Amino acid sequence: MDHSHKTGILSYCKRWLYTTNHKDIGTLYLWLSCILFFFAGIMALLIRAELFQPGMKLMQPEFYNQLVTFHGLIMIFGVIMPAFAGLANWQIPLMIGAPDMAFPRLNNWSFWLLPFAFMLMTSTLFMSGLAPNFGWTMYAPLSTTYGPPSTDFLIFAIHLMGLSSILAGINIIATIINMRAPGMTWKRLPIFIWSWLITAFLLLGVMPVLAGTVTMMLFDRHFGTGFFNAAGGGDPLLYQHLFWFFGHPEVYILILPAFGVISEVIPTFSRKALFGRTAMIYAIAAIAFLSYIVWAHHMFTSGIPLIAQLIFMYTTMLIAVPTGIKVFNWITTMFKGSISFETPMLFAIGFIFMFTIGGFSGLMLSIVPADFQYQDTYFVVGHLHYVLIPGSLFALYSGIYYWLPKWTGHMYSEKLGRWHFWLSVIGFNTAFIPMHFLGLAGMPRRIADYPIQFTDFNQMATFGAFIFGFGQLLFLIMVIKTIRKGKKATAQVWEGARGLEWTIPSPAPYHSFITSPKIDTKNE
Amino acid sequence: MNKNNKLLILLTLICIFMFAFSFALVPFYNLLCKTLGINGKTNTSGVINKSATDFSRSITVGFLTTINTQLPWDFYPKIKQIAIHPGETIKTVYIAKNNSDNTMTAQGIPSITPPLAAKYFKKIACFCFQKQTLQAHQQIEMPVVFYVEPALPRNIHEITLSYSLYQVHSSKK
Repeated sequence: MDHSHKTGILSYCKRWLYTTNHKDIGTLYLWLSCILFFFAGIMALLIRAELFQPGMKLMQPEFYNQLVTFHGLIMIFGVIMPAFAGLANWQIPLMIGAPDMAFPRLNNWSFWLLPFAFMLMTSTLFMSGLAPNFGWTMYAPLSTTYGPPSTDFLIFAIHLMGLSSILAGINIIATIINMRAPGMTWKRLPIFIWSWLITAFLLLGVMPVLAGTVTMMLFDRHFGTGFFNAAGGGDPLLYQHLFWFFGHPEVYILILPAFGVISEVIPTFSRKALFGRTAMIYAIAAIAFLSYIVWAHHMFTSGIPLIAQLIFMYTTMLIAVPTGIKVFNWITTMFKGSISFETPMLFAIGFIFMFTIGGFSGLMLSIVPADFQYQDTYFVVGHLHYVLIPGSLFALYSGIYYWLPKWTGHMYSEKLGRWHFWLSVIGFNTAFIPMHFLGLAGMPRRIADYPIQFTDFNQMATFGAFIFGFGQLLFLIMVIKTIRKGKKATAQVWEGARGLEWTIPSPAPYHSFITSPKIDTKNE
Repeated sequence: MNKNNKLLILLTLICIFMFAFSFALVPFYNLLCKTLGINGKTNTSGVINKSATDFSRSITVGFLTTINTQLPWDFYPKIKQIAIHPGETIKTVYIAKNNSDNTMTAQGIPSITPPLAAKYFKKIACFCFQKQTLQAHQQIEMPVVFYVEPALPRNIHEITLSYSLYQVHSSKK
């Protein structure tokens, strides 16, 4: 596609609709996830507003259930995954010295599937009758026997999202394996690229399983099969096994690229090389492998045999070892470094601190006898938000603040960045620390009402959620301001930054590395 | 063929394989559950292969029933629970009544709690081995003949046998 600045709405639409440029597609992914982030964020605030007081105050329980379902599905499939795909599209070619992704047209298609998938899914909210209301896990028989008719739209939307992820995964693997500049050996490959390579293999391994599972759901609903129906000789528990066989690697799909971003940011702002680089790569691979053999820890209370509970408990605990290696290596990288605290580094340190808390509550959940108490309580809600918000989301923010000057050619406002960070940290912790106590006290998740003794903690959580939610508007303002104007960014941008992406001018030209760059090896 | 396309084909094959794998997991799961007896499913046709009765202990067997909401039947056990010795052959009776004005067919699906007891719980005869067809307002007694193998782990003192009754749709759609 040419880069001429034709005017007129039609040519503007065509430019974005037909583009095969990795930078354009990266931008599209990031904006889509930004829009969906605020959409699903408003749903989260509606949920918290309803939970501000006991009793049904604002909405019907059915609508509450739909909110919970859509908030979960959109945040996972519409926000975190596309946002990391956006980072991948922008950064992989820049960091390995490639002119573009391996399959540019496929890349266009894998993005443009997504808006339509989410339109299909969201359209169910405006249909007569119920929208999907069974939670993001879509457990049978809630989604089969008892699922509202609109569930079929959700099933097809998930097929489309899965297809998009698989295509993106194939593209990323092919790019990393085949398109590296001469001299960009596996040893020199940046750790963010490593993390995405492994994540892409996870995508290829489990997205087809999710597609298969929702296909079975569709068959059970319409074609008289009984995969998940006891009356038809099937087993509803089978659904849980299949779903979590997808679902557990999925949570690492959401976090491994985050590890990659943090492993780029921490060395830059510590002005030191990443400590234990090889160990870090092996740790990512080990986590990815372990993620395939721990799925039943989501099902401890479903009546699986003791021996299975023990096996899954130990394998789950084992994940703490490679994760611990990563956390200690990040801290060791900072140790005796000359650290400066620009916004990307603030988010990275926030990530290490709070993701570790989420990791520890995960370790608590992995203990079978304790899990019987925690299962399906707000403790789980607290845990999963501690790994997804300061984990995946903070890493995304860290990466966006880190690379935004490269993308736009302007420095962002450090003051806005700090405000965004601190409002996020304070709002987040005020919202989610109380959920752990609520869960331990026995408040179940996914229920629109609660007994009066839980009111104080819930009000605190709602208060925090609104601080967090409105704090994110600062991010939007920051991005728009940075795109429009700001201090000119140098090619290097950050004093301590190393890597190919910092050798090209800021903003990155529309076509970069048309001839392969020479890899600078003098710093090794 | 360039190396990108080769890789594209290979990776697509991985995806197709994983999609097929998700369906292959269904029979694999059922086989695993059946072999290990871990999901509370009992034998689906009559067996008899028992050893001597163990009079040294007794086990309480409870009988539960569930009716699918769409089925206008009565369905309940004649006795709610019974104390037995492992190895002893027991006959109990369930009562089913079709309250509708039509002839209807139903299938009972058994389940054992605790699930680990399922592989020691053996049925010699059971109404659940076949579909049950009842005329309008007909009532029948349906027998279950079973024994519990003496090899049952000693920490299990109670077993619950539960039946869910589902309507069988005769080749609809």
